Amino acid sequence: MIKIVSMRLFQAILVMVAVTAVAFIMFRFVGDPVAMMVREGASQAEKDALRAALGLDNPMLIQFVEFFGRVLHGDLGTSFRYQQPVAELLMNRLPATLELVLVATVMSLALGIPLGVVCALKPTGFLSRIIQSATLVGISMPTFVTGLLLILIFAVNLRWLPSSGRGELVNLGGWQTGFLTVSGLKSLILPSITLALFQLTLIMRLVRSEMIDVLSSDYIRFAFARGLPRSHIYGRLALRNALMPVVTVTGLQIGQLIAFAIVTETVFQWPGMGLLFTNAVGYPDVPVLAAYLLFVGFLFVMINMVVDILYTFIDPRLRTK
Amino acid sequence: MKKYLKTLLAGLALVVPMTMPSVAQTLRWSSAGDVISYDPNAQVDSFTQSVHHMVFDPLVRRNKELQLEPALATSWEVVAPDRWRFKLRQGVKFHEGQPFNADDVVATIQRQIDPGARNRENLSAVIGVEKVDDYTVDLILSGPYPLLLNDLAAIYMMSKPWMEEHNALKPGNTSTGATTYANNHANGTGPFKLVTYEPDSKSVFAVNEEWWDKPQHNLKSVEFRPIASDATRVAALLSGELDMIAPVPLQDIDRVANTQGFKVVENPSLRVIFLGFNWKKELHAEPGKPNPLLDVKVRQALWHAVDLATIQKRLMRGKSRTTGMMVAPPVTGYDEGIDAPLAYDIDKAKSLLAEAGYPDGFKVGLNCSNDRYIADEQICLAIASMWAKIGVQADVGVESKTTYFPRMDKGEFDMYMLGWASLPPMDGYSVLQALLATTDGKFGGSNSNGLSNPKIDELARKASTELDQDKRVAMLKEAFTITHDEVLYLPLHQQPVAWAMSDKVDMPQFPDEYVRPWFAHMN
Amino acid sequence: MTTRAFLQHRLPPISVIIAGLVLATMIVLVIFAALIAPMDPRDVSSYSLIDMEIPPSFMDGGDPRFLLGTDNQGRDLVSVILFGLRISIIIGIGAVLLAAIIGVALGLIAGYFGGIIDTILMRVGDVLVSFPTILVALLISGVARAQLSGATVSEWAPVILICAIALNEWVQYARTVRASTMVENARDYVRAAKVIGLPSRRIMLRHILPNVMSSVMVIATINLAGAILTEATLSFLGAGMPATYPSLGTLIRIGNQFLFSGLWWIAVMPAAVLVVLVLAVNVIGDYLRDRFNPKLMAH
Repeated sequence: MIKIVSMRLFQAILVMVAVTAVAFIMFRFVGDPVAMMVREGASQAEKDALRAALGLDNPMLIQFVEFFGRVLHGDLGTSFRYQQPVAELLMNRLPATLELVLVATVMSLALGIPLGVVCALKPTGFLSRIIQSATLVGISMPTFVTGLLLILIFAVNLRWLPSSGRGELVNLGGWQTGFLTVSGLKSLILPSITLALFQLTLIMRLVRSEMIDVLSSDYIRFAFARGLPRSHIYGRLALRNALMPVVTVTGLQIGQLIAFAIVTETVFQWPGMGLLFTNAVGYPDVPVLAAYLLFVGFLFVMINMVVDILYTFIDPRLRTK
Repeated sequence: MKKYLKTLLAGLALVVPMTMPSVAQTLRWSSAGDVISYDPNAQVDSFTQSVHHMVFDPLVRRNKELQLEPALATSWEVVAPDRWRFKLRQGVKFHEGQPFNADDVVATIQRQIDPGARNRENLSAVIGVEKVDDYTVDLILSGPYPLLLNDLAAIYMMSKPWMEEHNALKPGNTSTGATTYANNHANGTGPFKLVTYEPDSKSVFAVNEEWWDKPQHNLKSVEFRPIASDATRVAALLSGELDMIAPVPLQDIDRVANTQGFKVVENPSLRVIFLGFNWKKELHAEPGKPNPLLDVKVRQALWHAVDLATIQKRLMRGKSRTTGMMVAPPVTGYDEGIDAPLAYDIDKAKSLLAEAGYPDGFKVGLNCSNDRYIADEQICLAIASMWAKIGVQADVGVESKTTYFPRMDKGEFDMYMLGWASLPPMDGYSVLQALLATTDGKFGGSNSNGLSNPKIDELARKASTELDQDKRVAMLKEAFTITHDEVLYLPLHQQPVAWAMSDKVDMPQFPDEYVRPWFAHMN
Repeated sequence: MTTRAFLQHRLPPISVIIAGLVLATMIVLVIFAALIAPMDPRDVSSYSLIDMEIPPSFMDGGDPRFLLGTDNQGRDLVSVILFGLRISIIIGIGAVLLAAIIGVALGLIAGYFGGIIDTILMRVGDVLVSFPTILVALLISGVARAQLSGATVSEWAPVILICAIALNEWVQYARTVRASTMVENARDYVRAAKVIGLPSRRIMLRHILPNVMSSVMVIATINLAGAILTEATLSFLGAGMPATYPSLGTLIRIGNQFLFSGLWWIAVMPAAVLVVLVLAVNVIGDYLRDRFNPKLMAH
């Protein structure tokens, strides 16, 4: 057991080293920030001096070793655009993204599970056909189109909801939350719907297929045969069993959502990590880009590792492999 | 704590209709860019510096007509060509209460000319500063320099005790990784105090009740939000979340102006858009052949073949001003006499090409950014289709500013689009020095494609030290006449500056595109 | 599922037939785009600013020459949409094909040989999958366009995008093929083939590959919709096809600037075509998945 866990840990570390290398190599090539960082009319000497000061004229290998050394010390560097430590910038943006992802996840679960159940109970019924067609249209719409449509309808035409930003925030010990103000909650609605649509179909389909599987299993048939009430069978026995994989997938998907929020945050100017990333791409704010990639990589590696290790504990068959 | 409780209650009472805080006299505005730091010396971003002006005052500032006028300095004299003496305003206080005096100026100037200051070159002529008495300061220059006041209008005064207290006497600098307290806090003497700063999200300002100058506004507070996406920014204005957006995209001007409760204010800005040429032996598009652009007739033909009126009317929606010069009228050195583009004339262009020996045209690269200037990408495509009519085959390359400008700096383009606002000095010398003069030391910083004209170089050097304004302006005009006659660059137009705002807002507009809320009225 | 079983099965539902027809029509239109389209959007001399922003011909101020109106360059929307659709479909199919080829090859190798090769390939796959396609594709196209000059970028953009999207998508094929290969590997006929000394390449291609192809086909169809959307999103974010050579996503990006100016058709027309395209592919993909492999996950 210890061997497996330490093996996975070792692999995770290797993966992170690879991600660091990839992050570095990629960002060496995305563009040159110097032109954005000098004043209008700067002389070539000024530009060269800045390039040298940023370490951009060193050989690649030296730059990489320096970069790697700093990352090891937890120093993600200073943003070229905002003159702030990158770690601080990321941390300030984290609450915005997490709150958005959280609300979107809750929304997609709250809608996806009942819809999936409906579709599973009467797979060929009229209602489930409607639901399935609607979700199909839903995943066929690009996120940016959905977002723009929502803004056009609810912000510009109806003026019910804000089109962008997070509204008023409350600072809870360094965590800027939008949950505690009316404008903060209102601001959450449109972006989280947009982001939730991405998840909703997935969860609905998963619940549907798991439910159909469970419903055809022997113990459910047995329960029917025993004459247990339908609500008890569907609610207590079937759904509970069908939900296990849903929980796992939802967990794994959270990382995906955080990254996918890039598009939603850009459309709604949601000041989270995704917006930080897109703004950094346009600068290019190399340290921020690298740090974002490292962060996302770290997140995924951690989630995957935890899931893997948990599975090993739960399912002894995997231990022998 | 009380505030938390209140917000908490407000949040819980979702059913209760939202009681809007009194928005009257709070100006909520948005721009595409963000304030990237509140440290005046840690960046060179012109938008950031424009917002700084709300919080900080310079020694001399620009008034409503953009003329220089005393601010924290009340008067000045040239003691010697390399020594200027400034008398300081008395009784001025910083936002946190520190009195303003000569020590602050000395510390600020020393911070400004520190090698670690990112905008060191904005005051390149100054090499030292000396305190004469509590309200008198001498600036030491490296030699005679005519544009010191222009430069000083962009140098914001900070408080020495405040910098000492927060260990910020040296500027923050990305390259060294040094960040200071001054980065996200500000303590100036300006008309507004910085209350909160959240990058990518918002900056909140409160009025400075103890401002030394008589306020010409009726604002209590100002809220700034950066919104990069044009469409989202317009949506936020139309949905009532904002009182003003600067800029409003050209294509939305009619829609916004025709919407009840909104108006659009527009003027030509200082930024002139032009095309640069490749001056090397051969073109990137056709290696191995002599460069046709070296012939003035070819350059004239290209100018004649650009239908500027159509670009102005269509792409710029009648909002731009076509120009024959590289500087806008408010900029020193502007000359009405040469501010005329070559007429749109396909036949003339064709015959010029034939005279130059290219009756069938030639191949040339044409490069543009797609996220830097108004309609930059469209203009490039339009020009390519216009040149197609005289047989010049332009390979259009369009890319983001992040890769475009570095490649421009390396001289990788044949024809390329560039804009110039001559800011902060608002003086034509900026164009002469950076774009027209041959690359050499402090000259030709953005002339990366080999342009070299001895007469221009001579004028640039003479103008850099000429203290007699009339003589200096004559030199600038001479240089610009050569530029026009020789078609050293191909000017297209002056970009418009267009702001959209609620009818409640009364805000004067300036060609330097600075938003100056201290002249704003709301009702 | 064999071919015969497929043919014996009843006809697919009407929605799938419609989707198939729509998709087929689109593909035909796109193949003959150059003949059908009134103008060639890549030829700068074929359009003029004089014609910019004309509404669709069925609206007031429309021009019979421009059925769906013109964009901000004066380009005929029917033409740019046809060519844009072509690029979107080419990139989508290209990315899926490339991903399938890489994925099947690596999956076969990993599943057949196992051991250290398997571990390395699958770990690399884990890393790639752990990054969302959109992020990886953003990075790759960003790097590529920074390295190429402007004119070259527009020529190579489709290839860059195909590679960028495929790089992340092959893992799914590899995992499926690997799993099936391991199962097949344990079967008697494969063991027998190994015993009689058939070369491993031959075993993999002749014996194992045909058995995994149906799963691969289903994944490919489902992923096609995703690949088209990814390309559109990249182009929308400005990291995809350039305006000189627009895909549907690029057209929506351009049109997005005019959404609030009353010039809705510039964005809405290509967006509608994109949604119909993706919907048609999704309907077919869904159907195939349910028919062939109900347990295959949709993502």
